[in-house]
Amino acid sequence: MYNLIGAGLIVIGAGIGLGQIGGKAMEGIARQPEAAGKIQTAMIIIGALLEGLAFGALILGK
Amino acid sequence: MTVATKSIKFIAVLVLMMTSVLAFANDGAQHQENHHEGGNKVDTPEEIKEYIAHHLKDSHDFHFYTNNETGTHVSFPLPVIVWTSEGLRVFMSSEFHHDDAGHVIVEKDGVRLTKIHSQIYELEAGAEEVVFDDHHHAENAHKVLDFSITKSVFGMLLTGLLMLLAFGALARGYKKGAIPTGFGRVLEPLVIYVRDEIARPNIGEKKYRKFMGFLLTVFFFIWILNLLGLTPLGFNVTGQIAVTVCLAIFTAVIYLFSGSKDFWAHTLWMPGVPYILRPLLAVIELIGFVVIKPFSLLVRLFANMTAGHFVLMSLIALMIVLKDLFGPVASTGMSLVLALFISVIEILVAFLQAFIFTMLSSLFIGMAVEEHDHH
Repeated sequence: MYNLIGAGLIVIGAGIGLGQIGGKAMEGIARQPEAAGKIQTAMIIIGALLEGLAFGALILGK
Repeated sequence: MTVATKSIKFIAVLVLMMTSVLAFANDGAQHQENHHEGGNKVDTPEEIKEYIAHHLKDSHDFHFYTNNETGTHVSFPLPVIVWTSEGLRVFMSSEFHHDDAGHVIVEKDGVRLTKIHSQIYELEAGAEEVVFDDHHHAENAHKVLDFSITKSVFGMLLTGLLMLLAFGALARGYKKGAIPTGFGRVLEPLVIYVRDEIARPNIGEKKYRKFMGFLLTVFFFIWILNLLGLTPLGFNVTGQIAVTVCLAIFTAVIYLFSGSKDFWAHTLWMPGVPYILRPLLAVIELIGFVVIKPFSLLVRLFANMTAGHFVLMSLIALMIVLKDLFGPVASTGMSLVLALFISVIEILVAFLQAFIFTMLSSLFIGMAVEEHDHH
């Protein structure tokens, strides 16, 4: 039961983080469309790092 | 004209995908008909859970489907190679007759072997059948060293063979001319993509060549295995934690052993920081490079692929759960559409995970080989 609540909290945190990354990347691309490729790569890397953290927590909590 | 051929190709791909979903669906539908002996009512959610768990695990044979009316299994056996207390034993997994609960005992030159939950157990001397304790652990049997060509091992060998053939042909093509022919034309842009978008910017112009072999191998190995996982053959190789652990250890060993003088200086005795903090930073950095970075690499790949397969199988299982509510046609249609949608996303994820693994590997290698100007 508690690990389900924990999983929910992890997902909320990861969701806020991913939203921030995605939203800021969108803003960046809208402001400078020519840098879209670089912004996308950086966005994916940061997203992956965040995902690693979230998955790590999910697996440790299981 | 081109539009017509394109749309025909699109429809062909769509039909191919649907058949793969249908093959899964067929597999799932068979389980629903399962009635235990003695006329007990079947607990469908429990069966589905078991079915998904079985799919996510490695197994000793390719299981296509089971006809519960006649009790026949359609499957493809793989060799079992085990190191027992009496030495090496080799036989085909069909000798277990699809038993997974320790009922069928195979005797090979004085060694009694049985399979419980996809693990091969050796019975103690004199034991005729497996005795389970309260926690369903075998009491009079122990695990053996298992070198079997399991489904995952078969998948990896297949991928290795495919890569050897495709890239061997590509490499040989360059001897004849600068432009590759045939399938090499598909591969060349991918190789260049890994070189120019992943290795060069992260490792640096001077040193990237040395690591191209590893990065290309890892990229294509993960990508092909991820795509194989989407075929009805039911591979889940990159969803096996042992496989991802090995890949992460390769990366860790490579960047730790190719670390430059500057890397170790910055890791163990960070310049420009108060002396009191330096040992603390060294501990944090060491744990980061030796444990946390490989751990995040392996967990990301494992969890992503497992989650993808889990969602796909669950959506396919929807048709069984909702059959009573919506009728067979509507529930099958719904789960088909959802499964198709997730399959398309999974194709993207298959590439993305291979890309991320290679990208982060080259990022870590880049951190390790970087040489700083002295301040």
